[in-house]
Amino acid sequence: MSDYKSMTAAEIAKAVSSGQLSAVEITKEALELARTEGKELNAFVTLCEEKALKQASELDQIVKDDRAGGSPPLPLCGVPVAIKDNISYTGYKTTCGSHILEGYQPPYDATAVQNLIKAGAVIIGKTNMDEFAMGSSNETSYFGPVKNPVGDDLVPGGSSGGSAAAVAAGIVPIAFGSETGGSVRQPASFCGIQGLKPTYGGISRYGLVAFGSSLDQISPFARNSEDLALAYQAVSVYDPNDSTSLNYERPNYTKALDRDRKFRIGVPKEFFAEGLDAEVEKSIRDGIDRLRAEGHTIEELSLPLIDQSIAAYYTIACAEASSNLARYDGVKYGIREGGDKSLAEMYAETRSVGFGDEVKRRIMLGTFVLSSGYYDAYYQKASQVRELICREFESAFEKHDLLIGPTTPTAAFKFGEKIDDPLAMYLSDMFVASANLTGSPALSIPCGLTSDERPIGLQFVARRQGESELFQIAHAWERLA
Amino acid sequence: MVSPAQTKEIAYEPVIGLEVHAQLQTESKIFCGCRVSYGEEPNSLTCPVCLGLPGALPILNKQAVEYAMRMILAVGGQVNGHSVFARKNYFYPDLPKGYQISQFDKPIGTGGAIQYRVDKGEPQCCRLIRIHLEEDAGKSIHPESGESRTRVDLNRCGTALIEIVSEPDLLSPQEAYAYLVKLKQILQYLEVCTGDMEKGHLRCDANVSVRPVGQKELGTRTELKNMNSFKGVERALTFEIERQTALLRAGGEIEQTSLMWDEKKQVAEPMRSKEESHDYRYFPEPDLLDLTITSEWIESVRAELPELPEEKAERFLSDYRIREYDAGVLTDSRELADFFEQVVALFDDPRTAANWIQTEYLKTLNELKLSVAEFPVRAVQVAGLLKLVSSGKISGKMAKTVFAEMVSRAMSDQQRDFSPEGVVRDLGLEQVSDESALALIVDKIISENESQVQAYRNGKEKLFGFFVGQVMKETKGQANPEVINRLLKERLGN
Ligand SMILES: [Zn+2]
Repeated sequence: MSDYKSMTAAEIAKAVSSGQLSAVEITKEALELARTEGKELNAFVTLCEEKALKQASELDQIVKDDRAGGSPPLPLCGVPVAIKDNISYTGYKTTCGSHILEGYQPPYDATAVQNLIKAGAVIIGKTNMDEFAMGSSNETSYFGPVKNPVGDDLVPGGSSGGSAAAVAAGIVPIAFGSETGGSVRQPASFCGIQGLKPTYGGISRYGLVAFGSSLDQISPFARNSEDLALAYQAVSVYDPNDSTSLNYERPNYTKALDRDRKFRIGVPKEFFAEGLDAEVEKSIRDGIDRLRAEGHTIEELSLPLIDQSIAAYYTIACAEASSNLARYDGVKYGIREGGDKSLAEMYAETRSVGFGDEVKRRIMLGTFVLSSGYYDAYYQKASQVRELICREFESAFEKHDLLIGPTTPTAAFKFGEKIDDPLAMYLSDMFVASANLTGSPALSIPCGLTSDERPIGLQFVARRQGESELFQIAHAWERLA
Repeated sequence: MVSPAQTKEIAYEPVIGLEVHAQLQTESKIFCGCRVSYGEEPNSLTCPVCLGLPGALPILNKQAVEYAMRMILAVGGQVNGHSVFARKNYFYPDLPKGYQISQFDKPIGTGGAIQYRVDKGEPQCCRLIRIHLEEDAGKSIHPESGESRTRVDLNRCGTALIEIVSEPDLLSPQEAYAYLVKLKQILQYLEVCTGDMEKGHLRCDANVSVRPVGQKELGTRTELKNMNSFKGVERALTFEIERQTALLRAGGEIEQTSLMWDEKKQVAEPMRSKEESHDYRYFPEPDLLDLTITSEWIESVRAELPELPEEKAERFLSDYRIREYDAGVLTDSRELADFFEQVVALFDDPRTAANWIQTEYLKTLNELKLSVAEFPVRAVQVAGLLKLVSSGKISGKMAKTVFAEMVSRAMSDQQRDFSPEGVVRDLGLEQVSDESALALIVDKIISENESQVQAYRNGKEKLFGFFVGQVMKETKGQANPEVINRLLKERLGN
């Protein structure tokens, strides 16, 4: 099965459901790659070997029992999938890349996990990540950084670096990360694959460990648009256990892929701001020209509030994080330090030892912006800015089907380059954060290489629930490239 | 500048506002499907949501919203069409998420008022600021001697609460007490809360300040916590008002602080400053949508509001023509009022029924410490007993004996017939009212006591009692006294 690495999820699902390939064999192959190449990359925190093999053999049995082909094939039948280690899966620890959760095993499955299993996916492992999804380089993980398959010295991006690397390296055709502020699109861009940040509410958050609740979304990675659409379709299901889950009929995303639509594409000039690397800019501009040549309408526009999105994003995300992470207190699960001391000392010691610097920095920032006397000037103001950005996007989507720009201001940087400069690190999210604030779906797709062969990412943003348009333009782009 | 000598002369008056937490009797918790129940195995009524496990999310319980709406409408408040849940952030072991989901600047209810009376005085009114929904915390079980660790039970965690915040309209501890009694009565009538403060289903914090009589602006207030009965609230307030007044008279200043009431020592002591210096960092709960309540929903809840105590008492006055005082007593609780109406439906003399229920029936309930629902003797038996009296089968005096026997049978062995008819039969207490039977006995007594008859007819009228006594002796006390009187008078008459 030497061609596993080059197979798409769609091909694997087809081959397994028709009995041409065994899910168990595919799973073993994926697990072997995870143990070897995955280990080199430090992409996985946990391999779910036992449950994966059991799931796979059940799938093989289902296929065998259904030789007559009576039931419709499972869309992800036998497809090995990796999930970020902040998504709850029973039987295995969920670490969130943190020391503080050591020993914690969730007693329930995330809704997205249940839907993946229903679709026939085989979860082979849980991927490494920035601690509590806070980071843009995967250097904040308690379990050490993930390496970018493109080059050993390059960061894979973050926070879903493990999932991105696993897909880019061919260990799995599909992996799930999570986005709060670009944590899938940015690593997709750095690793040269595709990543989709869905509409807020598209995928249930139930079981996804919260970072910034009003921003968080489970988000898929794949190497092509069809797989990305398949991955999203499987988990984009209304969930009554998540009050923010959207209850609407999802279209068939893969069926719509081939529709040859000409889009009205807006180019916000704020996506070409100061700090944008010249090589990246040239590549993106070339890409836009090719789309124009294909018959899409390209128009420049200005969305001035995009410049405020990083400030608003970090204020809101940190505020919510400071509250969401309060539960890691040494009382119920995870580590406990200073257990023989006073309650206040136990809290302080547990959290001092358990959290890394970046998490502490954001908890403190978030605590500050919510504090009495500062709330109005920071959290409240940021919420107002967010509301205004939403309106700006809404009016932009009256005239345009899609917005386009670079995913990140630079291609993948080197380990150590920004880790001691939080502000520089935060600015690598400057083009992605606005879609998280507005809840818009956005997709990153490879768009050429720098002169030293680092991947460049092109980003499309659509109106809420406009995933179909994103898959269609991604599909059209693949044919161009 | 007022000298200490002068301040001594100043009269002070207290100003009190209450914050009451009422646990809603919903079947499940406010944000998850866990059952609400008491006294179960610790941590057995929990799930990922109420345990605050990573990744779990809250879902709002519609019944809790409706219960809150009932209370808001019952006190004449406004149900807000748009309200917002907010996180109240603080660390405590029995708060597993590190925040409590509550409401802050946009509560579900605003305004309204509670009418109360101190003893039998004129009705008074305390305005409400707001009513909001929130979740309860778990319980920390602190070590008994010999144990060093605090344990946490999260069965209560996530139980629905409403917080009812009053304006500082209460001007004495007695008014605060009367307000609480009324509040509890309304909650019970609405069947949204048991109102049991001893069990913690109702909790009350009090804000209190004093000011010179005639002064408009409020003095510096303190907050009293940890009272576990209405009387405890009254006592704590009395204590604190005296403390504040004495302090001001001595030229001191009140410090704005929280005090813990110690019921054993009967003193309120300041909390350690660490415990009270919270900045709760409220912000809108991103895991829940804003709560939208349509006017149709409000009207459907309003349409199903039960009759409240005052309305019921009014109706009792006009429908049953009982005394105002009796109507007040009988509507004290919804179950007692319902009981009265059940009795009256079967026994058509409301005044007698009202008397009986207030005396014999309530006395027995109090003695046995039972509620109407718990008491095995029901309306049908009480009505039956009253009918036996009104039809002359037994005397009013005997009825007490019969009732006592009914209760004792019902309490000891419900298999035994404890119906009034059965008890009367078994005890052979049936009153003899049959005229022909009694006439025979009367004739017999007259013929056996000729000399007394003679003396009576000659004017010794005191002897009438002797004849009555003889007949009673003959009938073992079961003769209907009215009938005997008449028959004796007819026969002895000169
Ligand atoms: Zn629960």
